[in-house]
Amino acid sequence: MNNKISILIVDDEDSVRDSLFNWFIEDGYRVECAENAKIALLKLESDYFDIILVDIKMPGMDGMELLRRIKSLKNDAIVIIMTAFATVDTAVQALKDGAFDYITKPFDPDDLSHLIRNASKQISLAKENEVLKEKVVTLENIENIVGNSEAMKKVLQEVESVSQSNSSVIITGESGTGKELIAKAIHSNSSRKYFPLVSVHCGALTESLLESELFGHEKGAFTGAMYNRKGRFEMADNGTIFLDEIATISPKMQVELLRVLETKAFIRVGGNKEISSDFRVICATNRNLKQMVEEGNFREDLYYRLNVVNIQVPPLRERTGDIPLLTEYFIKKYCTSMNKPPIPIDSAALRRLEEFDFPGNIRELENMIERAIVIGNGKKISLKDLPFVKNTSNSSVESLYEQEKIHILQILTKYDWNISSSAKALKVDRVTLYNKIKKYNLKASDK
Amino acid sequence: MVLQKITLISFGDFDNFFLRSLSEKIYNEFSISIQIKEAHLDLSDFYNPMRRQYDANELLHYMEKQFAAEASKTIGLFNVDLFIPIFTYIFGQAFLGGRTGIASAYRLNNECYGIEADANLLLDRFAKELIHELGHTFGLIHCHVPDCVMRSGTYVEDIDQKNIMFCPSCKANLLKLD
Repeated sequence: MNNKISILIVDDEDSVRDSLFNWFIEDGYRVECAENAKIALLKLESDYFDIILVDIKMPGMDGMELLRRIKSLKNDAIVIIMTAFATVDTAVQALKDGAFDYITKPFDPDDLSHLIRNASKQISLAKENEVLKEKVVTLENIENIVGNSEAMKKVLQEVESVSQSNSSVIITGESGTGKELIAKAIHSNSSRKYFPLVSVHCGALTESLLESELFGHEKGAFTGAMYNRKGRFEMADNGTIFLDEIATISPKMQVELLRVLETKAFIRVGGNKEISSDFRVICATNRNLKQMVEEGNFREDLYYRLNVVNIQVPPLRERTGDIPLLTEYFIKKYCTSMNKPPIPIDSAALRRLEEFDFPGNIRELENMIERAIVIGNGKKISLKDLPFVKNTSNSSVESLYEQEKIHILQILTKYDWNISSSAKALKVDRVTLYNKIKKYNLKASDK
Repeated sequence: MVLQKITLISFGDFDNFFLRSLSEKIYNEFSISIQIKEAHLDLSDFYNPMRRQYDANELLHYMEKQFAAEASKTIGLFNVDLFIPIFTYIFGQAFLGGRTGIASAYRLNNECYGIEADANLLLDRFAKELIHELGHTFGLIHCHVPDCVMRSGTYVEDIDQKNIMFCPSCKANLLKLD
């Protein structure tokens, strides 16, 4: 029933309203009537209509003014103007003001059928467009999760098994490990994949903003609420809602979220009508929620409601075997976006990447590769293109011997093996540097 | 309540053979007893001189008031040009899920379009229109199956394109609604 096209008929004549009402009801549409513009606006505030048929000549606010009001409230509303007193001027004005079409009373039944069919086609195209847009987003699915390591294989197996269920999922992992990609993969492999995946970054919003964002709001609910707005739960109907940084929500929001998860129904901010939505919840956090529950900072009942399935995304340092694949993936991604052919990375640079700790995980690696492609010579990514100088201390190398060797090699690489410049940077004389090169058996090809 | 009969009330000076043929075609679809009655009505009360047509809303309400009966679907058969205020013309109309309906043969006749009369074609079209309006009284809405008799038809050509029978889905709904 929800997929029925809905029509609002606005006309002051009973016979017109009744005739159209019966006609559309027989065609299987959901129909409501309003005898004047004021009642029509009230109905439009509380309900949604796909098509609005408006008579021009009505006592009080006329149809042309109503058309302008409707368009200012909802620009994509399909408004069809009806009149018994047709003039070219009013027809042109109605179309200029955004009417979908203009029809003269009495109508040929076939003309009305055609008009409604065209309007319905436009509505279904707009709906299809929305679904396709969402589908494009969901195409970022499992192919974008790069990795051959055992840790990632285990994660992908978990994704596969939870995708087919409707259970709530909590994805945990350090910042930058790709939790959102995992959520997208779950959604795009589920039966909900043709419906939206709606993401909400809970940490980025204040409590009141988050409430209005999640539940939507009615016009006038607060200062600046000029229009009715659907909330993310409503937008995620039949699809999935992804709540990122779930640990940051306030105790009040935790209570409200629990209620919505249990009833799948909510009321818009400032509204009084209960709205139902069929959604699946996937949450993500980089915090230890269990510990937060023990400390009293996160509701235990909400934790158990959300934590039906837990997927732990490993940090990059625990899957260093995936670094070459990830590097290749990001090189390809950024070279393509910059209209360049993919460039290679030299072995020393790759080795350094594999040795690095990556506290910022994959996001940090991605940024490094993007930076290297932007600032590099465009032929090859070498060690000097990677911002490692400040991070040497993070290296897993602990011996002084190795540290000195790596540091000297970095400086030599930085100055293109210019001995004078490198010695000056290292604050040693040229002879000392030659001796060190000999001692560590350093070669220009090592860079 | 079990539906006992369908009553066809002729106001249009249709001959007996034509009415019997209509009733057979209707019986084939509904399989319940069909009763034919003739009635006389001063149609001038329903005539709109501005439109030079007959007000179908008024006629339908008259039918409901005078002829509606429990356990029966009653449909008035006319041969005049019907209109409702919002449309230039209609072939017929009925109360959705109600007890009465009306239909007119006027615009189903080839002669209305300056073409030679065809009695069989008229019979076929009128039977489809009556079955369609009766379908509405049983609560059926318009169907999107191209050849279903419940498909909306706004031109006489639309009526010619559809079959004289319900599609399987409408038939199933009809049995459920009965």
